Amino acid sequence: MAWTNEQMADEVIKVFAPHSSVNLGIGMPTIIAERMPKDLHIMIHSENGVLGVSGRPTKSSVSPTLINAGKETVSVAPGASFFDSSLSFGMIRGGHIDYCVLGGMEVDSERSLANWMIPGKKVTGMGGAMDLVNGSKQVIIMMNHFSKDGTAKLLKKCVLPLTGKEVVDLVVTEMGVFKPTGNAFKIIKLAPGVEKADLKIEAPLE
Amino acid sequence: MTPTNSPKVFKDAHAALHDIKSGMTLMSGGFGLCGIAENCIDALTTIDVKDLTVISNNIGNSGRGLVKILVQDKIKKAYCSYVGGNPDLEKRMLSKEVEVELVPQGTFSERIRAAGMGIRAFYTPTGYGTLIAEGKDVKMFDRPCILETALHADFAIIKAQKGDTYGNLWFKETARNFSPLMAMAAKITVVEVEELVEVGQIPAEDIHLPGLFVQRIFQGKNYKNEIEFLVTEGV
Repeated sequence: MAWTNEQMADEVIKVFAPHSSVNLGIGMPTIIAERMPKDLHIMIHSENGVLGVSGRPTKSSVSPTLINAGKETVSVAPGASFFDSSLSFGMIRGGHIDYCVLGGMEVDSERSLANWMIPGKKVTGMGGAMDLVNGSKQVIIMMNHFSKDGTAKLLKKCVLPLTGKEVVDLVVTEMGVFKPTGNAFKIIKLAPGVEKADLKIEAPLE
Repeated sequence: MTPTNSPKVFKDAHAALHDIKSGMTLMSGGFGLCGIAENCIDALTTIDVKDLTVISNNIGNSGRGLVKILVQDKIKKAYCSYVGGNPDLEKRMLSKEVEVELVPQGTFSERIRAAGMGIRAFYTPTGYGTLIAEGKDVKMFDRPCILETALHADFAIIKAQKGDTYGNLWFKETARNFSPLMAMAAKITVVEVEELVEVGQIPAEDIHLPGLFVQRIFQGKNYKNEIEFLVTEGV
């Protein structure tokens, strides 16, 4: 049984050390903010200029000027702070953020990530992802295991334009948790009932 | 507030933007629609300018913000980090109607900051080994880094929650984003505020951007402060 998005988020949360800082990418990783246990005392960073995101506002406390990097309304915890984009990326580039969790289109065994464009078809732009993968102490990719055509998004070598070269530390999909090692994917954990053959990963597995 | 004789205070967006010309470079603050200079953008839709080079993180979103002047074909070139959620720009980018330089967001903010700080260029690992690095100087420090240059502008249009007649600014929550950096990087910075106050009304310790960096300021009106994605508890 593959994990749900919530279960994937919980697998990512297990990686976090208490009292650390985490940047959450747009899309799938934002669910982590809603499931983060309070007793971990983690400061959630959003690159548009806030440290201390705590989840969602109530209907009565919504503020149009309080959003995350996905432009969604959020709320903040006591101890939160606001700052400009330069300081925000200084936190990232300067190596002050412990973890970033980003979505992905492709991850390869060489530890590279592609998640910002499909040539000739789709361009979203890299946003802050290129800075995050190079600046965060640990880079975790949370994504669906398979693309729409059913092939695994964990590859021997990325085909799409890279977001970062040799930067990924851990990949969490609905099938399991994997560590790219440079020439293989090391299986850290599989979702209940998932077999190696179900992964359809062509890169070597360890 | 009572009118003041500060030379920085203008009547409205049209007055503050009276000398903007075709072909100029324009910075525009805001992250998505959060913190955008609504009055200035609306004024630009009625001002006869074209061939603008625009530096802004998203160039508007979902048909709003800077998209208003994008669809009037007033933008020739755009520097931004993200076009997701902006189909009008993505379409013009793929058809090459508008030249778009995608810049990683941290490099984008640092290039703008560098301009304001007098730094000509800097080396960063961001983008190494990607399309972004093509044609750029690469140098090995602890890791390979690429050379990025400062981004200047003729005008910056930014919005602050509160400002005084000297141009000292106070921003609300995450509406600050790129605005203080752009104010420092442009020759003429035009600021619109929800609340224009006399000097001394914002405590000196609370000033996010000193008025030194602001050339023109006016009291804005009719703010929409649109939310792109309203997400509340339990939804």
